[in-house]
Amino acid sequence: MSAYLLSILIWLPIIGGAGILLFSKQGQEGAARTASLMLSLVMFVLSLRLWTGFDKQTAAMQFEEKAQWIKAFNINYHLGVDGISMPLIVLTTLLTVIVVIAGWEVIKTRVAQYFAAFLMMEGVMIGVFAAQDAMLFYLFWEVMLIPMFLIIGIWGGPNRIYATIKFFLYTLLGSLLMLVALLYLYNKSGGSFAISDYHALAMPMGVQKWIFLAFFMAFAVKVPMVPVHTWLPDAHVEAPTGGSVILAAIMLKMGGYGFLRFNLPITPDASHALAGYVIALSLIAVIYIAYVALVQGDMKKLIAYSSISHMGFVTLGFFVFNQTALEGAMVQMISHGFISGAMFLVVGVLYDRLHSRDIATYGGVATVMPKFAFFAVLFAMANAGLPGTSGFVGEFLVILGAFQFNAWVATLAALTLVLGAAYTLWMVKRVMFGPIKNEDVKTLVDLSSHEMLFMSILAVFTIAVGVWPNPLLDVMRTTLENLLSHVAVSKL
Amino acid sequence: MMPENFNLMLALPELFVSGMACLILLYRLYDKSCCPNLMPYIASVSTLLLTAIMLIGDYQTGARLGFNSTFVQDPMAVVVKIAIVLITALVFIYGARYNSERGYFKTEFYVLGLFGVVGMMLMTSASHMLTLYMGLELFSLSLYAMVAFYRDSRVASEAAIKYFILGALASAILLYAISLLYGLSGSLHISDVKAAVAGHGLSHLGAILAVVLVVVGLAFKLGAVPFHMWVPDVYQGSPTSVTAYLGAAPKIAAFAMLMRILVDGLAPQFENWQDMLIILAVLSIAVGNIVAIAQRNIKRMLAYSTISHMGFFLLGIISGNNMGYSASLFYVLIYAVMSVAVFGLILLRTTKTTESERMADFKGLGAREPLMAFLMLVLMFSMAGIPPFAGFWAKMSVINALMQSNLTWLAIVAVLLAVIGAYYYLRVIKTMYFDEPEMEVLIPAQNHTAIRWLLVLNVLALILVLPWIGSLIDLTRSVIQ
Repeated sequence: MSAYLLSILIWLPIIGGAGILLFSKQGQEGAARTASLMLSLVMFVLSLRLWTGFDKQTAAMQFEEKAQWIKAFNINYHLGVDGISMPLIVLTTLLTVIVVIAGWEVIKTRVAQYFAAFLMMEGVMIGVFAAQDAMLFYLFWEVMLIPMFLIIGIWGGPNRIYATIKFFLYTLLGSLLMLVALLYLYNKSGGSFAISDYHALAMPMGVQKWIFLAFFMAFAVKVPMVPVHTWLPDAHVEAPTGGSVILAAIMLKMGGYGFLRFNLPITPDASHALAGYVIALSLIAVIYIAYVALVQGDMKKLIAYSSISHMGFVTLGFFVFNQTALEGAMVQMISHGFISGAMFLVVGVLYDRLHSRDIATYGGVATVMPKFAFFAVLFAMANAGLPGTSGFVGEFLVILGAFQFNAWVATLAALTLVLGAAYTLWMVKRVMFGPIKNEDVKTLVDLSSHEMLFMSILAVFTIAVGVWPNPLLDVMRTTLENLLSHVAVSKL
Repeated sequence: MMPENFNLMLALPELFVSGMACLILLYRLYDKSCCPNLMPYIASVSTLLLTAIMLIGDYQTGARLGFNSTFVQDPMAVVVKIAIVLITALVFIYGARYNSERGYFKTEFYVLGLFGVVGMMLMTSASHMLTLYMGLELFSLSLYAMVAFYRDSRVASEAAIKYFILGALASAILLYAISLLYGLSGSLHISDVKAAVAGHGLSHLGAILAVVLVVVGLAFKLGAVPFHMWVPDVYQGSPTSVTAYLGAAPKIAAFAMLMRILVDGLAPQFENWQDMLIILAVLSIAVGNIVAIAQRNIKRMLAYSTISHMGFFLLGIISGNNMGYSASLFYVLIYAVMSVAVFGLILLRTTKTTESERMADFKGLGAREPLMAFLMLVLMFSMAGIPPFAGFWAKMSVINALMQSNLTWLAIVAVLLAVIGAYYYLRVIKTMYFDEPEMEVLIPAQNHTAIRWLLVLNVLALILVLPWIGSLIDLTRSVIQ
């Protein structure tokens, strides 16, 4: 079975999700929910097989599958995982389970479609991480937009139409430039779409810079980096909770993944030459966006900006070119998956009860919802990078690596430990503690069993990675070492 | 005196369609039964299907000349003709109920439609300027009449007059170009014209003038900016079944015409017409995509969308190699399938009294008619060029051809404009899925099961073709030598 494990992981949720559409009739919501949960759990268990069967000693692709697809363009159905993509796939299946549980009670309209969209998106996202053929990657990359467009547009908030069209067009713009770059590489490499062929392709600096910029557009929009980040707060605010979780936890990681799979290895010289700009943009995200987060009155917007700021760490870690920072950036990607997902769920819990995301609406929630307050404070601490949580490991490693590169860069990046704590804890203070100003807050009920369940799962992972990150680092180490040594060699 | 290669059998499909069109016309005169329009409908659809079978049987590699070398049957012609007759058959099927519910349309729709098909087939097989011009005029004259079917409607009459005058002007320009070419070469055979133009060199003034006039004439027929003024009016003003007819198959025929006269006949002037086509293509994509945003009528929006698609289709021709020409053929085939499906969908949603062509008619469709909305969603994403739908592969092939010809800048301009284009396609999806329906536009659900399933098949072909899309690309490459 493990020979086709990746194909199963991709197609099972897509076909299964389409099957769940059969439960669209009224009165079948229960069946749709149960089937989705079963499917997502099966997916998670299957993806663990990737982890257990993974060989940590090699940087080569594992669980490879290859079949010819479109001969006219030499496009192959070529899948495989390495130490970079495997943890991201497991993260995807884990968060899909969470999202299904989180949508269990909350989603009341078009239930089957909602779950079907998330499951199909799960398959497509795994496809993005597993594709080893550039055109296959591009297909999954773009297809992903369709379910997300519908999720935000159908189940989103009042300004959802503006947000979802903005989301779609921003991402499309970036990806079409990537398409041009891919076609250029296809013609330059003598008619190959294999990503590994591009890694070996020598190009002069001028060309490399253009290719770098085209890829950069696609991935920077997705991460998102300043100044193309403006779609994210809009999309997050309007998306339903599940949509926000997947958007923050997985989709943003695709930008980071793209940098590691395309920018760094395909255009190493341009990456070095332009690293200064990327680092500058990353620092702007880390510091300036943190200040922007500080003044937000809308909780979801605050977390959205916090996401941008944290993703700034990821891109910073990629472009200082050393093992410590690179490992830190990868841990940060995984950890941000748990923490940002959890933070959006925390806001979702409140929003489901009072239908307000305004910080000003709340105050003193801890007195009526003690269990909820426990989790909220825990995740807020993790978001602020408290030692012992996964947020600390990633940020600490990146700062450490940045010191090897340049002490000033590291110092500026370290500011986030202050600023992150400031905006997160200030929000928690205003929402959770203090006197109850709003009568409605008194009527709040504490977490239901479903909510306890998904909060606990995420809390366990956040603390586990924070206390003992080695298993995660071990999986990635060989691949990242290999990547760094590849990037160090000039391809001019 | 019989010319030596007077090969009648070569044009058997054309002769068959013309003969059947005449027979159907005669039959109508003598049928006094209850439903006199049923028989012509069945007969014309079967004629087209039989023609397709005939053409499939006639597929051979290599070009065969006939009618004193004025008529050529090569693999490209066969493939293009099969696509033309099948797409037109779909138009007839989708339009049948719409036509019978409106008194204007009688047998003439099918008869004129068949004559138009003959015209398109002649254009496709022309190896002589006269054949080409005859085909073009036969097709155009049939369409002028079809566009004017709604004779009591002001919009329709305006569209018909506009179409007729501009179409006649374009024909005249093309005819003038042909006469210039005759002056240069002393022959109307495309191969002779090619040899003569090659002898004159790139900067020969007469040859350049002829090229300009040919390009202008073709741009009029294609609806490329700045010669696109008639397209939106005609699309909107015509009865929807006629819009469906003129929105799909003629684009394929236009590809063949372009191949015969420009790519083949004026090949020695490539550098000159490439620049002109670049301007036409960029303007078409830009104007088509931007103006489409402002439209509130779906048919009019689709007209502007067609203009931008024609721009994309020209990109393949511009790249100037076989890869590019086959990419254009692939593009136009996929486009025809999408176009006929989208008008089929609009036709299916019409009732005796309503037209279902306003954007507002699609509000809340996602909740009201999930199947129709889903089909429209697929069509819109496909037209916008979002993978995995066939429309993406069409765009990708064309852009790849540009990259191969080192026209990267043009590829970048095209994709940037495609992002603008995505907006109005997304807006249709938004209207269907995110907007609440207006009460007064509630259209009673109709039951036309067979046609509905045909449409489902037509639309889903855009996804289901994926495992075999490579073979389709191979086919388009193999027919362009």
